[in-house]
Amino acid sequence: MGLSTPAAASHRALADLRRPRGRRATEAAAHAVLLVATLAGIGFLAVLLADILRDGVPRLDLDFLISYSSRHPEQFGVLSSLTGTLSLMVLVALFSFPVGVGAALYLQEFAPDNRFTRLLQVNIANLAGVPSVVYGLLAAGVFVYFLGFGRSLFSGAMALSLLILPVIIVASREALRAVPTSIREAGLALGATPWQVTYRQVLPMAMPGVMTGTILALSRAIGEAAPVLVAGAVFSRRATNEPWKMGEAFAAMPVQIFDLVKRPQHAFQIEVAAAGIVVLLGALLLMNAVAIVLRNRYSRRW
Amino acid sequence: MHPTTESPQMIDDREAAGDITDAIFALEDVTIRYGSAVAVREVSLEIPRHEITAIIGPSGCGKSTLLRSLNRMNDLVPSARVDGRVRYDGHDLYGEGVDPVEVRRRIGMVFQKPNPFPKSIYDNITFGPRVQGIRTGLDDLVEGSLRAAALWDDVKDKLQQSALALSGGQQQRLCIARCIAVSPDVILMDEPCSALDPIATLKIENLMRDLRERYTIVVVTHNMQQAARVSDRTAFVTLDVDEEHGRRAGVLVEYDTTARVFTQASDARTEGYITGRFG
Amino acid sequence: MSRGTARANPLARSSGRPGEKVVLGLLFACGALSIVTTVAIVAVLLVEGSAFFGSISLVEFVTDTRWQPFGEPGSAGFRVGIAPLVAGTLLVTGIGLVVAVPLGLGTAMYLSEYARPRARAILKPILEVLAGVPTVVLGFFALTFVTPLLQDIFGARTIDIYNAGSAGIVVGLMIVPTIASLSEDAMSAVPRELREAAYGVGATTRQVVARVVFPAALSGIVAAVILGMGRAIGETMIVSIAAGNLPTLTVMPGAQVQTMTAYIVQAVGGESARGSLTYQSIFAVGLVLFAMTLALNVVAQRVVRRFTQEYG
Repeated sequence: MGLSTPAAASHRALADLRRPRGRRATEAAAHAVLLVATLAGIGFLAVLLADILRDGVPRLDLDFLISYSSRHPEQFGVLSSLTGTLSLMVLVALFSFPVGVGAALYLQEFAPDNRFTRLLQVNIANLAGVPSVVYGLLAAGVFVYFLGFGRSLFSGAMALSLLILPVIIVASREALRAVPTSIREAGLALGATPWQVTYRQVLPMAMPGVMTGTILALSRAIGEAAPVLVAGAVFSRRATNEPWKMGEAFAAMPVQIFDLVKRPQHAFQIEVAAAGIVVLLGALLLMNAVAIVLRNRYSRRW
Repeated sequence: MHPTTESPQMIDDREAAGDITDAIFALEDVTIRYGSAVAVREVSLEIPRHEITAIIGPSGCGKSTLLRSLNRMNDLVPSARVDGRVRYDGHDLYGEGVDPVEVRRRIGMVFQKPNPFPKSIYDNITFGPRVQGIRTGLDDLVEGSLRAAALWDDVKDKLQQSALALSGGQQQRLCIARCIAVSPDVILMDEPCSALDPIATLKIENLMRDLRERYTIVVVTHNMQQAARVSDRTAFVTLDVDEEHGRRAGVLVEYDTTARVFTQASDARTEGYITGRFG
Repeated sequence: MSRGTARANPLARSSGRPGEKVVLGLLFACGALSIVTTVAIVAVLLVEGSAFFGSISLVEFVTDTRWQPFGEPGSAGFRVGIAPLVAGTLLVTGIGLVVAVPLGLGTAMYLSEYARPRARAILKPILEVLAGVPTVVLGFFALTFVTPLLQDIFGARTIDIYNAGSAGIVVGLMIVPTIASLSEDAMSAVPRELREAAYGVGATTRQVVARVVFPAALSGIVAAVILGMGRAIGETMIVSIAAGNLPTLTVMPGAQVQTMTAYIVQAVGGESARGSLTYQSIFAVGLVLFAMTLALNVVAQRVVRRFTQEYG
């Protein structure tokens, strides 16, 4: 682009302010490609949901939720795996919430700045990346066999608790970190001990974030089949009806779905399985909605 | 301290001359470091009971650090170290077996930016007494503290409302009331008015003068006029720069009654700061 | 009001606060539990896995091309080469990355550099929803939707009912949110001044993204891909449902395979007695799986550390 005289140059410059056609095309193409990539992932989700709803909703009715399993697809119900999942979640929450929040409190408020603390943090980050099936193996080795709890609700709950513990710890630490330092200073300056300040001021302020994180972690646990399978869930026909007996065999929704999908009969594999998935997704939706409501209701007022 | 064989007349004479007869704090060659960097070097002074002592000086010269060493708030910084002696009522604040929590129950602090808890006004005030195990008489305690902080009339009908709904000046007075509720001997104030408007500032300065009767007040301020208005005694701290070794630390340049510091300063640096030539 | 004239030093700890010490000890125990967990994982895998290696030859484990650890060692058909399982895992993971890296990176670039705030506010939560879908559900989708679709396109003779390709594609879609969000974080961390400098000399958005943002965020992006790869390797349900249970040493996406994770699920389902070789093989495979994902995680953390050193 030679610029010979100032007048000619400015004339040419003005005319050249419009993007040249070739470049316009490339830019638009790039934009389009990236948009397609983004929409592909989301479109996949839409197709997935449509497919599942189409297969599952027709089969879904109240009986499905309150009947036990059966050899006949039309009479099959998910009650025992629903109650099993419920009991699992209660146990998982009872263990992982206090331990996870406790670990987060220690790391965020009380741990000294030394090598051991850094080791703990690295360790938790690594545990977050361990495949869920390995947690099942851990529970199998330690709880099922070594400690003799057998393939029970307790072993399954331990597998899931250990799996989601890093998630709860990280989320709780974030919530604690968000509490301003001035609150801690104010409390300490009044002659409160560090624990009193943490327990009476900091933790209550962080609680909404902690609860949200825990509920999200639990919603992840609900859908995990691999660790529960390995630690001993059985397919529902053999499960008892009252799975809050921790030593007994139990069933769980994702494991039930896995079993259904593997059956050769089309009715089981497609319709009943899809119906079970709808129930599972419904439970997930409920939990996430609770978490979002919590987050909005208690969003930061300081 | 001083022998009690002095006659009242001798004490009056010395007070007239500006000597300290009843010191609550005694600092001897106090040097405060963060890691290897010296923040404040070899400060020695005595702070008298039931008076308002101001610490003035340009920003960044260690005034807050010095103040925080008086109630062991520097402990919150892991790399902080205090050498020399800080005596409170004759006891070494940094001695063996001294509990920082006990220290802070006697020496309270009000911060630059008001920091009420996100709770009700009532709960803010009762937090201090509660953590010390006081469970009864809280209502009276709340009223007494709010009256002493000149806030009672403003909030007496809305004690259960959130403290965060108060204006900045009211929040700061709430923080003062909160501090008073644990019955300290000393109230340390770290630039308490710098985040407030002039009217709120005036109210707090009046409050400080009232509080002097029951408490000892040490206030850090970068507002010289405030120091001149409010304090009995003034300490001027500034940066001493050692170009050769590239070191800078805060040092106490002058410490005397406020009247003398502001009218007959003995050090040229004090005079320079007060007349606005630097800082 | 003076206090403590009765005590020697009024500043010494007055009220006994033993309860607090106990509480702090409990908190420490909660924190230390993570170390106990890691130690336990390693211990369980090593103890049971090494029992396995006591009975079979390590050389055979690494070099043999068949995996049939059923029955007694030395019996006919007993083979313990892990290569088919590893190959199955890597095939599914590879297909997954082929799907996930372009989609994930494309999504990240779009969200980071092109999308308007309102579009981002809608798209990001949808991505999070995608990340929350349980893997059994994805496995169902792979088997009942993707496989028939692939069979329609490529013919039922190239695509088995259970095949690595369907599982791989869905595994890839599963890790798109991971790669997308971590890559987007990396791109957001690139200082605005760099972009402004490029825009200032007349570069287009595409050029800024390709020549400034992407290279600057590269280590973060690489870490994201490595972490996604780790997740793909550890994936269990999608492959158990859709990829099959036939250990095969192959690179054909249409063929049935078995991954390490699928073998663990299959072997656990059978009633193998504790102490039997099959039982021990589960932990041996678990050990290999754990080692691979741990290595990937460590590498990813190193890459991230170098990245944060560049941008603080």
